[in-house]
Amino acid sequence: MLKNWLKRISATDILMWGIGLIIILGVVWGSVATLSSGKYDSAAWQNLIVTGLTLGSIYALIAIGYTVVYGILRMINFAHSEIFSGGPLVAYYLARALNDNGFLAKQPIVGLVLVALFSMFISMSIAFLAERIAYRPLRKAPRLIPLITAIGVSFFLLYTYKGLFGSGIKDYPQLDILKGRTPFLGMDIQIVYIVILISAFVLLAILYSIVQFTKLGKAMRAVSEDKDTAALMGIDVDQIISATFMIGGALAGAGGFLYALMFHQVAFAMGFFPALKAFTSAVVGGIGNVVGAMIGAMFLGIIEAMGPNIFLDGLGVPAPNQLKDAIAFVLLVFILIFRPTGILGERLATKKA
Amino acid sequence: MAMLELENVHTYYGNIHALKGISMKVEKGEIVTLIGANGAGKTTTLRTITGILRPREGKVTLNGEDLSQFKAHEIVYKGVSMVPEGRGIFGRLTVSENLDMGAYSRKDKNFAPDLERIFNLFPRLKERRSQVAGTLSGGEQQMLAMARALMARPQLILMDEPSMGLAPVLVEAIFDTIVQINKEGTTVLLVEQNALMALSIASRGYVLQTGTIVLHDTAENLKKNEMVQKAYLGME
Ligand SMILES: Nc1ncnc2c1ncn2[C@@H]1O[C@H](COP(=O)(O)OP(=O)(O)OP(=O)(O)O)[C@@H](O)[C@H]1O
Ligand SMILES: [Mg+2]
Repeated sequence: MLKNWLKRISATDILMWGIGLIIILGVVWGSVATLSSGKYDSAAWQNLIVTGLTLGSIYALIAIGYTVVYGILRMINFAHSEIFSGGPLVAYYLARALNDNGFLAKQPIVGLVLVALFSMFISMSIAFLAERIAYRPLRKAPRLIPLITAIGVSFFLLYTYKGLFGSGIKDYPQLDILKGRTPFLGMDIQIVYIVILISAFVLLAILYSIVQFTKLGKAMRAVSEDKDTAALMGIDVDQIISATFMIGGALAGAGGFLYALMFHQVAFAMGFFPALKAFTSAVVGGIGNVVGAMIGAMFLGIIEAMGPNIFLDGLGVPAPNQLKDAIAFVLLVFILIFRPTGILGERLATKKA
Repeated sequence: MAMLELENVHTYYGNIHALKGISMKVEKGEIVTLIGANGAGKTTTLRTITGILRPREGKVTLNGEDLSQFKAHEIVYKGVSMVPEGRGIFGRLTVSENLDMGAYSRKDKNFAPDLERIFNLFPRLKERRSQVAGTLSGGEQQMLAMARALMARPQLILMDEPSMGLAPVLVEAIFDTIVQINKEGTTVLLVEQNALMALSIASRGYVLQTGTIVLHDTAENLKKNEMVQKAYLGME
């Protein structure tokens, strides 16, 4: 028994498990050290959790685009980072115009909603055009080809933004009503975080209802399972694929707007990190699975916000917060090695069988 | 004018010449069967009619209208429904959602009478409405595929081996259902390997051999035909 088992295990497996064990030990060790030092009080932890959830909710909005497009075309849309940033970059000009003519000060809520909708519309249009122009002609090509094309589209958009908007950082106008903190559910939270969290949750709930209950959502799921059979039902497969890209794009545009609210600024290359993290979230949650992407994103947001303080600090890392981006990618590698299907991937697979 | 007509249809998979000039007709209200051995081109014929495949030569007409100008999903709106080979249900959707997809092409939302009719034909599906279709048994999936095709209220229904892999009792039930559906006004083109059963409910039949129609006659005559008896009915 044991002999057979030993035979099946390769040197790489042992190395991988070894690395995994070391990381887990490190995390546990660091966390224990931090917690027993009592360096952070409960308000500080609360803050970190809220920050994590807020970030996570933005990642979730972006991650949906990766996951629905993967679900329907089995393709990673690498241009999604630029679909995400295109909305807030263009909407910046609307925000500034509304700010300059005083509308934003007079009607802050209407103004914000306008800017948000505009951002969503722009990202949605970019997503639609990318699919229509770059991906659709390659629908029947081997899978590697659309993937490379997606990277090309990403670079094309990135440098178009750089050319159009310059390489500087642009400051989004800040609104007085979003400044400061307020008690919320018994905690003291920054107002802007509450706005982000609530908007993101409303959008995610709408998305979930669309996918689950509407004719469009059912058709999306049917197409992602079997395109020929879907066509035999009278479903216009091209139209559903367009709609899928547009939904993913609109949510990314909303995420981009909320990201600009959170960090008060936009730049041509702003899409890279948040989108890579959203992609990680989608993989962590089980790519192709909408709920998985949401869970993965929240998980990643919290780990990223708390990780540096909870375990890196305890391990004596000098500047733990500088490492928060690295955590996401360690997690991605970890998941790819030990659970390639992601959190909800397996359940999906058994359901399919 | 026949409801469905194929005239000298040639269909290819790349270089593979799968249909070599097929001509056939289905009249309104008929059950017509298309029989043939594995690889004869039966599925290819149905996929050509539904627009999933395009004939390189020849044409398919429905009530006189040339179908070559329409995409697969548009042909559904003309009243053609298909029960695909190997069931082809959406395994991750529930039974109800599969039925909803069957009705996708319909403008009206009044599905209640259709559901009632379907649950009468297949009481099993009623119990399993909210179950994920991938977890149904093979026979239940076959019923679902047929029910789903009916949801579109087609004028013509194409069935690709609906009895495949089913127990004899179920095969009989499925064939009874086909007769029932036909009585209620739907024209049927039935592809089968179970030639005996198919010929017992059909009015006419075509025999397909490696992409060519080698025989065409009434079902009665085909059953008596020596070649058919040997090759498809397993008689010596
Ligand atoms: N996607 C494909 N690519 C290449 N050749 C194909 C393809 N599908 C079918 N063929 C070929 O076309 C011919 C006809 O196939 P078809 O599926 O129509 O047969 P069939 O009569 O339905 O057989 P069966 O009873 O086994 O379902 C076969 O020789 C088959 O190998
Ligand atoms: Mg076949």
